[in-house]
Amino acid sequence: MALTLISTPLDITTSDTPVSTVDITSGIDSTYSVYEFHFVGIHADTLHTDFEFQVNASDDTGGDFDTSLITSTFFRNYMGEAGDYAGPTYKTDRDLAQSAGYQELSYMIDQDDGDESLAGIFTLYDPSSTTYVKHFTSRTNANHHNGEYTLECFAAGYINQTLAIPEIRFRFDSGDIDAGTIKMFGVS
Amino acid sequence: MGLTLISTHTASSDATLDITSGIDSTYNEYQFYFVNIHGSEDDKQFHFQVNAAGESGFNETITSTAFYAFHEESGTSFGEYTLGYRTNADQAQGTAYQPAIGYNMGYDNDQSASGILTLYDPSSTTYLKHFTSEGSVAVYNNIAANLFTAGYINTTSAIDEISFKFNSGNIDAGTIYMYGVS
Repeated sequence: MALTLISTPLDITTSDTPVSTVDITSGIDSTYSVYEFHFVGIHADTLHTDFEFQVNASDDTGGDFDTSLITSTFFRNYMGEAGDYAGPTYKTDRDLAQSAGYQELSYMIDQDDGDESLAGIFTLYDPSSTTYVKHFTSRTNANHHNGEYTLECFAAGYINQTLAIPEIRFRFDSGDIDAGTIKMFGVS
Repeated sequence: MGLTLISTHTASSDATLDITSGIDSTYNEYQFYFVNIHGSEDDKQFHFQVNAAGESGFNETITSTAFYAFHEESGTSFGEYTLGYRTNADQAQGTAYQPAIGYNMGYDNDQSASGILTLYDPSSTTYLKHFTSEGSVAVYNNIAANLFTAGYINTTSAIDEISFKFNSGNIDAGTIYMYGVS
């Protein structure tokens, strides 16, 4: 297995202008059958927001990331600095069932102490297939709630679409991304 | 780029494998691949700790979670299979070594653990340092286990050293590959 860096769609610090979305509209094609998106130091400008994604299929390029139906699972694990823990627990309010909404990758992320962030890896399988639905998996770790929790989230599922998926968007459900790095790799 | 092999560390009856160079701002993500880590004692855990730059003792503060799935080779002595939270492999503001890929590891000649630890942005002086790990373990009493840990090292100082060892005994064999992701 080899990872090839395709692009760095996000690379900003809190000194830069925040962005509301990270839209990746090139580089996702038939060159690779597996794509990995690595999140490092993702920081929100809004308290207790959710990090999420949606896609545009090939019949909706340039669209509003609101038509592809996703069915997914979501579970999480957490530990507080005070020692309270839970999980792994399925989260019925974080999954999707044939929904065109955004799929959460983590939730209720903290940011107000300045040292909190999110990190993780999102994998998209065979986005250029015109035969199969498009599977994805995600594993993230983030500072949660009041910043004194480590929250590990696993999301997985499929985009119920046999058209190619050439575009993807990452965002917080409220507020902007004011720091962080997203790198897109092809796996071969 | 992608994955760049920075260094390879092969155990041979070592008490610890300490990596004291190569963790810096060159990469904002490091992956440690563990291949057939084998201990000298039965029912032990393989774990890690780090040093912030200029520090020593491998005792940084960690808050972490852990869960696992297991399945017995035969019988139902431990319930045959389960999925659940793994207490004692987590920490709440602890400074102990953090279990990574292996817990309750067996030391029969054919038993070992393998897996991956990812450390995010260790050179950041702004954020706490997130990590995730996943290991496949041959447990001492003939159980296959899949251990997941994640958490953060609760410091905004840069991390430049990492140490791996068992909670008792030596690392008899095994290889750790350290990669930078770029």
